[in-house]
Amino acid sequence: MSAGQPPIDSPEIRRLTPVLGPGHTFGSVTDKISSIVLTRPTSYGWYAGFALSFGFTGLMTIAIGWLFIKGVGIWGINIPIGWGFAIVNFVWWIGIGHAGTLISAILFLLNQKWRTSINRFAEAMTLFAVACAGIFPLIHTGRPWMAFYMFPYPSTMGLWPQFRSPLIWDVFAVSTYGTVSLLFWFVGLIPDLATLRDHATSKAKQIIYGMLALGWRGSVRHWHRYQSAYLLLAGLATPLVLSVHTVVSFDFAIAIVPGWHTTIFPPYFVAGAIYSGFAMVLSIAIPLRKAYGLEDFITMRHLDNMAKVMLATGLIVAYGYFFEFFLSLYSGNKFDLFLVQQRLHGPYSHFYFALILCNILLPQTLWSYKLRHNVAFLFIMSLIVNTGMWLERFVIVVISLTRDFTPSAWGRYQPTFWDWATFTGTIGFFVMLLFLFVRVLPAISIAEMRELVAETSEE
Amino acid sequence: MKRMSDQAPAKHKEDRPAPDDHLDQASPTHRPLDLPAVRAQLQSKAGKQYWRTLEELAGDPNFEELLHREFPRQAPSEWDDAVDRRDFLRLMAASLALAGLSGCGRAPEQYIVPYVKQPDGVVPGNPQFYATAMPFGADAIGLLVESHEGRPTKVEGNPDHPSSLGSTNAFAQASILSLYDPDRAQTVTKAGEIQTWSQFLDAAQALAATFRSTRGEGLRILTGIINSPILAADLQTILTLYPSAKWHQWEPAVGDGTREGAKLAFGSYVNTVYRPENADVILSLDSDFLASGPGNVRYMRDFYKRRKLNGPGDAMNRLYVVEPTPSVTGSSADHRLPLRSADVEQFARALAAKLGLGGSGKLAPDADKWLDAVVKDLKKYPRRTLVLAGEQQSAEVHALVHAVNNALGNVGITLYYTEPAEAHPVNHLDSLRELCVDIDHGKVSALLILGVNPVYTAPHDFDFAAKLRFDEKRKGKRIETVIYVSPHFDETAQYCDWHVAESHYLEAWGDARAFDGTVSVVQPLIAPLYRTHSLHDVLAAFTDKPGLSAYDAVRDRLKAANPSGDFEKFWRKTLNDGVVAGTAFPAMNASLKFNPASLSPAKESSSGELEFLFRPDPSIYDGRFANNGWLQELPKPVTKLTWDNAALVSPKTAQDLKVTHSIPSRGGEHGQILSDVVDISISGSKVTAAAWILPGQAEGVVVLPLGYGRKKAGYTGTNKGFNAYAVRASNALWAANAPSSVIRKTGDDYPLACTQYHFNMEGRHILVSGTLDEYHNNPNFAHEHEELPPRELSLYKGEAEFPYARNKWAMAIDLNSCNGCNACVIACQAENNIAVVGKDQVMRGREMHWIRIDRYYTSTLSATGPGGGLASGKSTGDPSEYQPALDNPDTFFQPVPCQQCENAPCEQVCPVGATVHSAEGLNDMVYQRCVGTRYCSNNCPYKVRRFNFLRFQDWETPQFKLMRNPEVTVRSRGVMEKCSYCVQRIDKARIDADKKDQPVPDGAIITACEQACPSQAIVFGNANDPNSRVAKLRTQQRNYQIMPELNSRPRTTYLAAVRNPNPELENA
Repeated sequence: MSAGQPPIDSPEIRRLTPVLGPGHTFGSVTDKISSIVLTRPTSYGWYAGFALSFGFTGLMTIAIGWLFIKGVGIWGINIPIGWGFAIVNFVWWIGIGHAGTLISAILFLLNQKWRTSINRFAEAMTLFAVACAGIFPLIHTGRPWMAFYMFPYPSTMGLWPQFRSPLIWDVFAVSTYGTVSLLFWFVGLIPDLATLRDHATSKAKQIIYGMLALGWRGSVRHWHRYQSAYLLLAGLATPLVLSVHTVVSFDFAIAIVPGWHTTIFPPYFVAGAIYSGFAMVLSIAIPLRKAYGLEDFITMRHLDNMAKVMLATGLIVAYGYFFEFFLSLYSGNKFDLFLVQQRLHGPYSHFYFALILCNILLPQTLWSYKLRHNVAFLFIMSLIVNTGMWLERFVIVVISLTRDFTPSAWGRYQPTFWDWATFTGTIGFFVMLLFLFVRVLPAISIAEMRELVAETSEE
Repeated sequence: MKRMSDQAPAKHKEDRPAPDDHLDQASPTHRPLDLPAVRAQLQSKAGKQYWRTLEELAGDPNFEELLHREFPRQAPSEWDDAVDRRDFLRLMAASLALAGLSGCGRAPEQYIVPYVKQPDGVVPGNPQFYATAMPFGADAIGLLVESHEGRPTKVEGNPDHPSSLGSTNAFAQASILSLYDPDRAQTVTKAGEIQTWSQFLDAAQALAATFRSTRGEGLRILTGIINSPILAADLQTILTLYPSAKWHQWEPAVGDGTREGAKLAFGSYVNTVYRPENADVILSLDSDFLASGPGNVRYMRDFYKRRKLNGPGDAMNRLYVVEPTPSVTGSSADHRLPLRSADVEQFARALAAKLGLGGSGKLAPDADKWLDAVVKDLKKYPRRTLVLAGEQQSAEVHALVHAVNNALGNVGITLYYTEPAEAHPVNHLDSLRELCVDIDHGKVSALLILGVNPVYTAPHDFDFAAKLRFDEKRKGKRIETVIYVSPHFDETAQYCDWHVAESHYLEAWGDARAFDGTVSVVQPLIAPLYRTHSLHDVLAAFTDKPGLSAYDAVRDRLKAANPSGDFEKFWRKTLNDGVVAGTAFPAMNASLKFNPASLSPAKESSSGELEFLFRPDPSIYDGRFANNGWLQELPKPVTKLTWDNAALVSPKTAQDLKVTHSIPSRGGEHGQILSDVVDISISGSKVTAAAWILPGQAEGVVVLPLGYGRKKAGYTGTNKGFNAYAVRASNALWAANAPSSVIRKTGDDYPLACTQYHFNMEGRHILVSGTLDEYHNNPNFAHEHEELPPRELSLYKGEAEFPYARNKWAMAIDLNSCNGCNACVIACQAENNIAVVGKDQVMRGREMHWIRIDRYYTSTLSATGPGGGLASGKSTGDPSEYQPALDNPDTFFQPVPCQQCENAPCEQVCPVGATVHSAEGLNDMVYQRCVGTRYCSNNCPYKVRRFNFLRFQDWETPQFKLMRNPEVTVRSRGVMEKCSYCVQRIDKARIDADKKDQPVPDGAIITACEQACPSQAIVFGNANDPNSRVAKLRTQQRNYQIMPELNSRPRTTYLAAVRNPNPELENA
C-alpha cells in the first residue's frame, strides 16, 4: 500500500487520484527512472530473483533438449489428446501478450494518459510473453526440424503451406504480432535510449545505448517523425490486438471437435486475452513499483484502472462461458450437449469448477473500491486470474479432446514431468527476461513521463 | 570382465597366458595380439567360424570390453547384472550368428557376384508367392507366403486349401514375426555350451546305438499333437526300431474331451468335421468354433456364408451359444446363455433328455426355459441343425453332442466323421502322467522333448522341472539324457542336456495334415536364419536313415503314396497348389455306441462356489506366441487387454468380491486401467493376478487365461501377466471349483493396458444393429436416426466435390459378419510395417494399429428399442459399475480403419498439406511432408490416426530389416500415419491395369485386412464400377456411415448388423 493515498471512497477523491505523484520535475523523473538502470547498485534481491528464474530457464532448455532427442512422446499427449500442455501454454502466453499492445496502442489512440507509466514494461512483457508463446508451436511439432514447412518459402518442390489450415493463419498472425510489437516497443524506446546514452556512467554503456539510440538528438524534427511513426505503429498494432487471438481461437473454432467448434470463440478469446494480459501486468507492476519505489509513477490510479479493465473483460469472459453453454443447449446438438454434461459431471469437472471460481466468482470482489485499492489483494487476484485463464485453456484444449465423437477412443490426459518442466521453464524464462529488462532498459518511458510532468503541471 | 571370462569356454582360458593377472587390472591396458592363441583357436574350432577381428578370436579382453560397450542394446541389462554362463553364451552365440546374417547366409559364401543371369521367374521388386502350410495343433492352415528377393514378408491364406480358403487368422499372420524373432535359439547347445550339429548327431547316434541293444528300454519321446505324416512315420520307425520306447504327447491348451468324447460315443477316436454352411440352427455348447480349434478359419467362412444378407428377403442361420465366458463365437450369437462350465454339462444332459435320448440334467428354471425354446427350434429344422461342444468341455459333453447330432439327423449333412487328423490320438493327460510316473520310477534314461515346453505347461502337481533337475536325494538326475528341440531357449531348455534350436515352419521342409485330413507340403521360404533344425532332422538321427533330409522324406512319402505317373509333375503341382490332391479323409460311418442314460450322474456345481476355468489366451494361445510382439500388443477380442492376462471375473461376482477398476488420468479409458490384484489359491497352489471384470461372463466364474507369466520366453514375452499354469492341477485341468474365500484382494492395484474400456455408444450413430424381423419390416432401419446435412451448405462449394472420374475406392464392412477375431489387425500390421510400441506406450494411449476393432455392449438387439440398461445416460460405460444388464449384454464388434472421408476433417487442418485428397478419393498421408502437429488427429472424429510419438520402429535389429514390406515406408518419429487402404496394393494393380490399358478389374486389389478376414466381412473395390462387390454392398439399405451428421462422408461404410433372435425367447 503506497503511502499518502487516502483510502477514502468518494468520487471526488477518485477523480483526483493522480497518474503521477506530486512534486516531480523533468529532472527528478529522468533521474528516478534512469537510476534503476545506470546508477543504483544491483540488489541481492535482483541477483536472487535472476538466479532462480535463470535456473528455470535452464530447466526449460533441458526439457526442450530432451524433447528434441526423444520426441514429443516424453509429454503426456496421446491419441485422442493430441494437444496438451504445449498448446495450452501457447494460448495462455499469447493471451498474456495482449495487454502490452493494448495498453500502448489502443489506450494511446484513445488518449488515456494513465497508460504512460505502465506501457513500457507492459510492452516488454508482451514481447517476452510472445517469445514464450512462440517456443511452443515450434517444439510441439513431431519433427521441429521440419517446422519451416509451415512458412511460404519458395520450395524447389513447388510446395506451399496448406492455407486452409488455421495453424498457417497462426504462423502469420503470431509472427506479425511479434514483429509489430517489437518495432513499437523499440521505437518507443529510442528517446529513452538517448537519455541513457547521455547519462551513461561508463564508456561501454555509452556506446551500447548510443548505438541503440540510432543517433537520436531530440531535435524537433526527430520528435515530429518519432510521433508520426509512433502513431502509425499504434494504428497498425491496434487491429493486431484483436486479430491475433481471433486467429488463435480459429485453431479451435475451425476444427469440428465439440467444445472447440463454436463461433463465440473469437471475441471470447480476445476478451480472455486482455483479461489475462492485465492480470499479468498487475502481477508485474505491483512488485516492480515496490522494489524500485516507483509508487509515484505507478500510482493507485493505475492499479485501480487495471483492476477495472480486468473486471470488465472478466465479465465478457463470463458472458462467453454462459453463451457457450447456452448455445450448446439451444442447438440441441447431441455432441455439444454431451460436452456440457461432461464439463459439469465428467472426470475433469473439478477443473471446470476451479476455472469458474478463478475467472468469474472471485474477480467479482473487484467491484469493491476498497479491495481494488488493496495492493496485496490485487496482486493475489491477478495471480488467481492468470491461473484461471490457464485453466480455461486447459479445459478447452485438453478436456474437449478427451471425449469427442467416438466413445471407443475416449481417453485421458496426464502431464508428465517434462510437460511441467517446459511450462515452469517458460515462466522462468519470462521472469528472467523481465529481470534483465528492468536492469538494462528504463522500465517506464522517461520521455512520456516528462510529457506527463509538463501536462500535469499545466493543470 | 573377470566374471565373464571365467565363464568363457575352458578352451579359451588354457590358451591364454595368465589371463587372470591381466584381467584383474582395473583398466585393461593394451596387450600385443597373442598370435599363438589365435592359431590355437583357429585349429580348435570346427565348422564355419565368424569373428570380427583377430582380437576377438584370441579372446582378447580389450576386444570383449569393446564389444560390451559397442552393443549394449543387444545385451540389455544382462551385461550389468550377474551374468550366468548360459546367458553369456547365448548372447555371444547370438552375436556370432548375427555376424553371419550380414549376407543372410543364403548364398554360398564363395560367390559374391550378383546375378549374372536372372533366375527364372525372379523380377527384382516383384514379390513371389509360395504355397506352404502352418501346422497348428491338429490342423494346418494353408498359406501363400509373399517373398521379396528371398525374404518372406507376409502370409496370406491359400484359396485352394480347405482350412484356409484364402483367409488366415491372427496366429498365421503373426507367424512371420516369429520367424524373425531375434530371441530365437540359434544353435545347438549342450549344457548351455555351443555345439555343432555334427556333434549333436554323433551324440544322438551314440545314444541310438546304446538303445538298439536295449530295444529302446528307457527311451521316451514327448511331443505335442503330431499331424505331420513324415514325423508320424519317423516316430513309427523309432517305435519299431526300439520296441520298448514310448511316445508321449502333451498339448496343453487342447482338451482331451474331444478325443475321449468320440471314443465314448463311437468306441474309437474319430475326427469330426463340421459343415456350418448347411445348418439353419447351430447350438454351441461352450464351443468357440469360430476362433479356435481345428478348422476355425474355414468354419468362420462357412458360418458367415449363412449370415450374408443381400436384401430384406434373405434368410439367416441362427446361433445359440451356451458358454461360461464370452468368446468370439458368443459375440455372434443370436441368443447367448452364460452358464458355468459345469452347468454346460448339465445343459447338454438336459438337451439329450429333452430330445428323448435318456438321462437327465439339472438346470435353473431360466436356463430350462431357454433350452425348451432351443429344442423347439432345433426340431423345427430336422437334419439342418448343428450342435457343437467346446474343446475344453468334458468327454461326456462331447459324447452327448454326438448323440444329439445323431438324433437330429445332422450326421452327413452339417457334420461328418473321418479318421483322426492327428497321427496318433491319445489321452494327453494320461500320456503325460505316465511319462512322469515312469521318470519318477527311474524307468526313463533318455527323453526327447520335441516342440512342447512341459516345464512351463505341465500341470503344476506333476512338477515337471523336478523330473529334469538334479535330484538331491538321488545325487543325480533322474534322466540321463534329455534332448530338447524348441524355437526358444525356454523354461524347459534350461534343464535339458542338449538343446536343438528348432526351425520355423518357413525355414524347413515338412508336411502337415489339415482338420479334414488334407495333406500339405510345408515348403520353406528361406534357408534357416540360424543353425536351426526341424523336428524331422532330430528324429531322423535316431532312425535307420539318419541322413535323410526332410525334403527327401516328404518326397519319398508322396512317391510311395503315388507310385504311378510322373512324380516330378505331381510334385511341382503339389508345391504349387499347396495341397496334395485327394488327401482329404472321406467321411466314414461311425456308429454310435453310446446311451446318454448310461452316464453316471455329473458332479453338481454348488452355486456358492467359484468356478475357475483355464482357457488358452486369444492372443498368445498356450504361451507359444509369448515372444511375438504383434500378438502381445493385439487387443484381445473381448477384453481389449494387451500385454497381460488377467483373472476374468463376472460383473456380479466382482461386486461380491469387491473387486473393482479405477481409471487413472494417464491413458485413461484408452490405455490404462488400474485393477485390483487378487491372490488365488486353488489346486494346492497360489497365483497373484490382476482381476478384470468381464461383462457377459457367467456368475461365479473366474477365467484364468493360459500362456502368460513366462520366465524365459525372450525379451518380449518374459514376465508378462501371471502364470495360470501355476495353479493348474492335473485333476482340475480345465475347471477348478473352490469357495470364494480362495480369492483374496491383496490391496494392491496393477496397471493393465486396455485399448478400449468405455463400452457404450452414448446413443451415437456408430454401430447400428437390428433384428431380422426389423430388417424385413423396415429395410431402412439403419438410417432411422440419421441426420444428413445438405451438401449445399459447404463454404467450399464445388471445390470439395471431387469428380473421382476414374476410380473411387471404397470399403464396405459387413458388421453382420464381424466377430472381432483380429486377423485383420495383424494382417494390417504385417503389411504396413506397423510398429510395436510396448505396454508402457499402450498404457499412454499410443498403440499404432491402423485398424482397430471396437467392441460395444448393448442390452437389446433391436435398433429401435429403448436401449435397455446400457443405453447412454443409464450407464457410465464402465464395466466396474455393476448393473444387471452387464450380466449378459449383446456384444458387437466394429473394425475401424481410416474412413477415407470425401470431405475429410483431417485434410483441411493440416498446415503443410501432408494429408491430401487423391483423385481416387483416398486421404493420402505424405510422411515426408508431415511435421507432426497432430491437428489432423484431433480433428478426426473417428480417431483412426496414429502418431509416432517416439521412435517406435526398431531400426537396428537386422532380422526386422529382413521382415519389413519393402513397398511401405518405415515411419520415423514425429509423423502421423494411418490406414491407406493398402495404397501400395492399389498402385500395383493400377499400374498392371494401365499396362494393359484396361480398367482395374474388381477383385484385383485386395487390402490386407480384406484378404485375411475369414468371414469376408471386409470388401474393397471401386465404387464407380456398378458391378463391383463393394458398389453392390453400398447400394444395400443396410449400408450406412458412422455419424453422417458430421458431413465427413466416409468412404468406409458399414452394413448394419442383423441378429436373428428366436421370437419365442425374444418375447419371454
